[in-house]
Amino acid sequence: MTSLADGDWHRLHPASPVLRGGIFVFALLGFVIANLRERFVDVVFGIPRQSGDPLDEIYERGAVGWALLIAAAILIVILIAFTLSWRMHTFRVSDESVEVRSGILFRSHRQARLDRIQGVNIVRPLIPRLFGAAKLEVSVAGQDANVQLAYLGSALADGLRRDILQLASGARQPRPVAGESVPEAPLPAGDPAQIPADTATAAHAGRRQALNDYATSRVGEFLAPELDPDAAPPESVVRIPVLRLIGSIVFSGFTVFVAVAIVALIVSVIVGGSEWLLIAIFPGLIASIGYYVSRFTKSLRYSIAGTRDGVRVGFGLLTTSNETLPPGRIHAIGVTQPLAWRPFGWWQISINKAGHSTNDGAAGQAATTVLPVGSLTDVAKVLELILPGFALDEQRVLIQHGLISRGGDDGFRNAPRRAAWLRPFSWRRTGYAVSAGAVLLRRGVLSRELVLVPLARLQSVGINQGPVRRRLRLATARLHTVTGPVTATLGVLDVGEAVRLLETVTAGAVASAESDTSHHWSRIDQDPAPTPRPASPVGPAAAAEVTS
Amino acid sequence: MAEQPVPDYPGSDPIEAVAPVGARLDLPEAGEWKRVSPKYVMVEIVGTVIFLLIVCAAAGALWLLLDQVWAAWVGGLIALITLVSLAFEPRRVRSIGYQLRADDLLFRRGIMYQRFVSVPYGRMQLVDITRGPVARLLGLADLKFVTAAASSGVAIPGLAEADADALRDRLVELAESRRAGL
Repeated sequence: MTSLADGDWHRLHPASPVLRGGIFVFALLGFVIANLRERFVDVVFGIPRQSGDPLDEIYERGAVGWALLIAAAILIVILIAFTLSWRMHTFRVSDESVEVRSGILFRSHRQARLDRIQGVNIVRPLIPRLFGAAKLEVSVAGQDANVQLAYLGSALADGLRRDILQLASGARQPRPVAGESVPEAPLPAGDPAQIPADTATAAHAGRRQALNDYATSRVGEFLAPELDPDAAPPESVVRIPVLRLIGSIVFSGFTVFVAVAIVALIVSVIVGGSEWLLIAIFPGLIASIGYYVSRFTKSLRYSIAGTRDGVRVGFGLLTTSNETLPPGRIHAIGVTQPLAWRPFGWWQISINKAGHSTNDGAAGQAATTVLPVGSLTDVAKVLELILPGFALDEQRVLIQHGLISRGGDDGFRNAPRRAAWLRPFSWRRTGYAVSAGAVLLRRGVLSRELVLVPLARLQSVGINQGPVRRRLRLATARLHTVTGPVTATLGVLDVGEAVRLLETVTAGAVASAESDTSHHWSRIDQDPAPTPRPASPVGPAAAAEVTS
Repeated sequence: MAEQPVPDYPGSDPIEAVAPVGARLDLPEAGEWKRVSPKYVMVEIVGTVIFLLIVCAAAGALWLLLDQVWAAWVGGLIALITLVSLAFEPRRVRSIGYQLRADDLLFRRGIMYQRFVSVPYGRMQLVDITRGPVARLLGLADLKFVTAAASSGVAIPGLAEADADALRDRLVELAESRRAGL
C-alpha cells in the first residue's frame, strides 16, 4: 500500500494547475515570447516604429512603472489562484470510496463507490509526461461521472491504481507482493506526499545533484516500457507488430475512400475545366495523411495484458494511456473482420462498457477497442483475458466456429434456409449459441462478425417481427446491453427459435446475475465459491430445462 | 437473388422442426397478459388528431399563402395515412400487454410490427411514472421501466393511476430482492 490510499486527504502534484491548463498555458507563453522576439529584433535593427502600438503608447506616456505593476499584480493573482486551487484540490481513498474535493469559489465534492468502479485509467499526455506526471481517472457508470485525479506523480499513479483496485476487489488482507510491480525506489521529486522531506534534503545535498537525479528519473520514466514486465505474466500479454499495424491501417475502409478521392482528382485534372473539385478534395487528402499518422502513433505500443485485477489495455507513443478493466465490467464483445483484412486473417475486438473514460482511445475512436488488429491466436488470447471462465475446449471450439465457420451444424443454432430471402449470403452463418454464461451471436459472411454477451451483464432481451419476416416465419432478436460500438442483434431467426432464445437467455441472465460476484471480484471470506467471475454454467443443458 | 443457397450438411434444416407455431410471433408458454386500460385509446386519438391538425395547418399555409400546390398533396396523403391508422388504434392499444413472471417482466406491443421484451427484475435502474394532460383527465399514467441499456424500451402506457403506483411499488420490491450490480 502506498501512503495515498490510507483514508486521509492528500494533495495532487504541485504543478497540476499549470499542467491542467496544458496547451493553453504553453500557447500563451509562446505568443508572448514570439511577440517579444519581434520587438527585440525591431529595437536591435532600429526599424522605425509604427504609432498605435500599445507598448509604445505606454512607453511614450511614461507609464512604464504602472504597466509593470499591473503585470506583476496579474502574475501574483494567477500564482495565488494556482496555489489556492492546488491547496483546495484534495482527494481521499478509503475502503469504501474515492473522493475528490476541488474548486475555490464553487466547491465540488465527488465520491465514487469502489464496488461500482468500471475501470481505472492512467493517461500521460505528452507535456505532463515530460514532467513525470500522470492523470488517474476512475470511471463509474453514467454520463460524465468519472473521478479524475489530475495530476499525480507518474510512479505514484501506478501505485495508487494498484491500491484502488485492491480495495475494490474486496481482498481485505494484503496480498503477497510477488509478481506485483513495486516501482517505489525511484520516486519522482515532484511527488506530493514526499515534498517536504524531498525538497529539504535536496536543498542541502546540493541542487546540482538533485537536478541530475530528477532528469535521470524523468528520462528513465519516459523510456520505460509501457507495461512493467513484472506486472503481468508474459503469456498473458498480446502485442501488435508494427508492420501488421501499418497494414491494418492501410487496408481499411478509409483507404478506399481516399483512393476514390485520388482517382476523382486525377480524372478531374486530366479532363480539366472543373477546378472546384480540386479545391474541394485536395485539402481533405492532406488532412487524411494526418489521420493516418495520428492513428498510427496512437495505436503504437499497444499491449493487452491480464493482471489479477482485470485486463490492462495500454497504447500510445507520445501520449500514453492504459486502462485497467476489472473482471465483469465488459457488457458486450464484438469480434469483427472487414473484408479487406480477410486475406491476412486479421480481426478487431471492441467492447461495450458502462464507464467511459473522457480520453479518446487509439485513433480517436472511443477507448472501446481492445485489440485494434490481431491474428486468430491473438483473438483467442484476448477473449480468454476479457472473458475468464470461457476458456474450456468447448468454448474454444465455439469461438473458432463463430469466427470462421461457414455455418452448418457446428454448435450454433442457425437461421433456416428461407432466411436467404433476406440474407442471401450470410443466412447460413447467422445464428446464436449459449455457453458458460455467455451468448454468442454470429453473423455476416463478407465482413464476418461474432458478438459475445456475458449473461450476467445482459440488461434485457427483445424479439421483433415485421410484416416481411412474418411472411417468411422469421423474427429479429436483440440483446440489450449498455450503449457502445457493439450491437447484439440477429437479423433473421426462425420464429420458434426466437421465442426459445428469449426464454433461454432470460433464464440464463437471471441465473448468472444471482451467482455474479464481480462487484468484489476477489472477496473470498463471504463467498464460498472462489470463482471471481459469473461462471454459472448456463449451457445448452440448462437451456433445455427452461424451455421444456 | 445473387446466390442459390444449397444446404451442404445432412438433415438440411434442423431448425424447421422447432417451429410448430405459426408465422406470427407469440409466446405459447406465457401466461395471462395484463392489458392496459381501454381508455388509453382516447389519449392516442387526441394525440393523433392534434398531429393531423398541425399537418393540415402547415400544408394549408404552404398551399394558400405560398402557392405551393405540392404541399396540398403531401399534406393530404399524410392526413389519409393517419386517418387509416386511427382506425387501427383500438386494436393497437389492445396489443399492449405485460406480465410479471417469476424472475422477469415480460412486455409486448404492436400488431404489424410486433415486439416482445423480457427484462429480469434485477436489471432495474429506476421506474418512471409520467402523466400527460389528456391521460391525467382520464386518470391514466405511463410507466417506464429503465435499465442500463437505452434500447430496452419497456414503457407501459395507459395504466390506471392506482395500478401504475401499485405496479411501481411491486417492481421496486421485486428488483430489491433480486438486486444485481451493473
